[in-house]
Amino acid sequence: MIDLPSLTRRSWLFGAAGVTVAFAACSSRAKEAPTGRPKMVVIIARGAMDGLSVLVPYADANYRALRGDLALPNPNEEGGVLRLDGDFGLHPSLSQLHAMHRAGEVRFAPAAAIPVRVRSHFEAQDVLESGEGGSYEGGDGWLNRALAASGGERALAVGAQTPLILKGTAPVGGWSPGRESDVDRLATIVQDLYAHDALLGPALAAGIRSETQADVVTEGLVIRRNDYSSIGAAVARFMKLPEGPDFVALSLDGYDTHARQAGLLANRLKIQDGVLGGLKTGLGDDWRSTVVVVATEFGRTARINGTFGTDHGTASSLIVAGGALKPGGLIGDWPTLAENQLFEGRDLAPTIDVRSVFKGVLRDHMGVDRAALDAKVFPNSADAPTTEGLV
Amino acid sequence: MATDSSQDLSAAIAGTRLGLGARPGELSRIGRGPVEWALDQIEAGSEQPQPFGSAGALPGSHDRIAAFAKYQTLRRAAQQPGAGPSSEEAYKEQRRVILRGAEREYVARARLGATTERGFAERWVLFWANWFTVAGVKQDTVGLTGPFEREAIRPHVFGPFEDLLMAAERHPGMLIYLDQVRSAGPNSEAARLRASGLNENLAREAMELHTVGVDGGYTQADVTELARALTGWSATGQGTAAVGDASGFVFRPILHEPGARTVMGRRYPEGGVDQASAILRDLARHPSTGRHVARRVAAHFVADTPPSTLIDRLETAFNTSQGDLKTVARVLVESPEIWDPAPKKVKSPYEFIVSAYRAAGAQPGRTRQFAGIMTALGQQPFRAPSPEGWPDDGPSWASPDGLVRRLGFAQDFAGEQMPAQPPAERADEVLGARLGAVSRTAVQRAESRQEAFAVLLMSPEFQRR
Repeated sequence: MIDLPSLTRRSWLFGAAGVTVAFAACSSRAKEAPTGRPKMVVIIARGAMDGLSVLVPYADANYRALRGDLALPNPNEEGGVLRLDGDFGLHPSLSQLHAMHRAGEVRFAPAAAIPVRVRSHFEAQDVLESGEGGSYEGGDGWLNRALAASGGERALAVGAQTPLILKGTAPVGGWSPGRESDVDRLATIVQDLYAHDALLGPALAAGIRSETQADVVTEGLVIRRNDYSSIGAAVARFMKLPEGPDFVALSLDGYDTHARQAGLLANRLKIQDGVLGGLKTGLGDDWRSTVVVVATEFGRTARINGTFGTDHGTASSLIVAGGALKPGGLIGDWPTLAENQLFEGRDLAPTIDVRSVFKGVLRDHMGVDRAALDAKVFPNSADAPTTEGLV
Repeated sequence: MATDSSQDLSAAIAGTRLGLGARPGELSRIGRGPVEWALDQIEAGSEQPQPFGSAGALPGSHDRIAAFAKYQTLRRAAQQPGAGPSSEEAYKEQRRVILRGAEREYVARARLGATTERGFAERWVLFWANWFTVAGVKQDTVGLTGPFEREAIRPHVFGPFEDLLMAAERHPGMLIYLDQVRSAGPNSEAARLRASGLNENLAREAMELHTVGVDGGYTQADVTELARALTGWSATGQGTAAVGDASGFVFRPILHEPGARTVMGRRYPEGGVDQASAILRDLARHPSTGRHVARRVAAHFVADTPPSTLIDRLETAFNTSQGDLKTVARVLVESPEIWDPAPKKVKSPYEFIVSAYRAAGAQPGRTRQFAGIMTALGQQPFRAPSPEGWPDDGPSWASPDGLVRRLGFAQDFAGEQMPAQPPAERADEVLGARLGAVSRTAVQRAESRQEAFAVLLMSPEFQRR
């Protein structure tokens, strides 16, 4: 194995930051070069991200009354949103995303939701990741099925656990920074012991395979704790390898802002912005062939609650970014925050199914066959028509 | 040594699946009567060994709450204009005190796990601690996770489920973690003063995770009603100077929503602090709760997808004993399914490390190192990712990176802890009749003691229980 002089021995604590990255795997080491292959990154914001604070309807007639102290100031006011147009602005933490929007590289679905109405994080995340139309019973995720359908073999999980979205029959490798022990010999012996173990065998093999790839990626790259653009850059490096991943999934935690939302969310969005910025910079020319989707399991209540936060809602904003995007307007309608437009009188009402957007990216950007998309990747998704014209 | 081989197998299963892994010599002690070994621990009820700190008794909730209050005071002082660097250092030092305290709690618990003769009882405690997860993800809960387990969970795991439920939901750790402490009813006095509003977190998790379960038959309206009933359930130091009970529970009438509540079709008249208690006790007795408990106990102890015969038997035990956990535990250890030799459950990082220490006949020493290792293996101490707790299934823990990290840990740990005893003999003592011939040979053929012990720890038999 190559020395990893830039990585410290101390383990990298993902916990407080709540970042885990799952990739699609590679098989051999190789030099960096723009590959031109289409790539897709799915960022899952866990905890029900408040879409109304991401894509802020600052000019909506009911916004300030509903949000009270949580309402973000208008563009050009102190601490104000970053203006997108006369109706919407971005949370002030999302400065790099704002710059991407200026370059025509970002579109938003202002009111997207999963196809079932549940208020449990766990159930909803399962629905978001499994791609099933109803309550989750399967054991695999839509991104893994897309990987299988596209005939690719490229999956890698960074972090200690593979998220559901990448679980499935298509093999997914694993890696995360922070190791230095030379375990080559032990690894060989143990792999023999796992020769007939259907769970441990493939998992260990995949982990060891990606150790090799990791050496190439991390050489010369310093990954500092709490430096999220370096996380984005590390992910980008993996993606640029000629046999690097085409499908990437990354989780960001900490969005469940029931109390004291303002500060907590500003921090989380700064992290998200850092990861996105690091990705774009790190990908260089490959940004042009990349699409990033940021999705969450559901949104939050339109009204501020009693503890300066918001509670579980329904629709949230879905972000689609990348150099491969075709410029365009909102994806799906903006239902407004008028009282009679709120879902159950409390939440932003959904106007598009998240699966429609996922399908649009998979079909037109990743080239997944349309029949496979509806039969295998997103079964029972007839009521979620594929979004056209994203790429 | 002529012994009954099926008794050897039962002893091995008792030590490695019902317990937390075998220490050297333990399997022959268990072998005298494996089922009795487990039943004796259940009979002991709440008389169980406790986590021990190296510097005396571990501080309780009141002390931890006071430590956090001190931190807040120091921090506010440091944020005043004109505050110097010494006040900055003071609040940072207090924060370190809090974090070190939490780490010490965790190691104390791990030391108990590594040394206890009552492995089943300890596993049973860990299961219920995870059921009622309180995570140290906020500054004010990080110091309370340890006391929560010791004060609310441990004393009640072999008693009536509803007592365990009440102790858990009333504990400041839970009340703070799930934002209950300042939740105010819309018509409460606090709401009239515009000081606070209703928070539904505890109500939702109480129903979804702690009692009837997500399919238990409740609606959003039930969650809201329970949330209203729970208003007033608060803790010392949370907007009140009242000291509260032994753990720090305080009922604050100013937050309480007046009036009767209706939850799952039953009406509960206004009753102050007792209103929510009555609802929780009914939830504890609801048949869906018995089913929920049965499913998850079976899944934790036997297999990710447990046999329905076991689930049914556990459910019946729960429902016919009014939720007596001693009865449920007895029925579990007397069920044939738990004695099935085929290993099915992958150990979590915590179980892996504790069983590694047991196999070495050792216990965790340095606190910071232990916490760091646990985090590196994907199970940061007292920081489950959500109120749902840590996952319990094979694929969650046997991930590519998780296994590679275990390799690194096994190598390093073997370097420090490898026993002097011939490795194959130690493997026999630790896995007994569950050790397969292929793994035993690999241990025997290793090129060094260190490698041999590491191979034992990574063997498929040791990775599972």
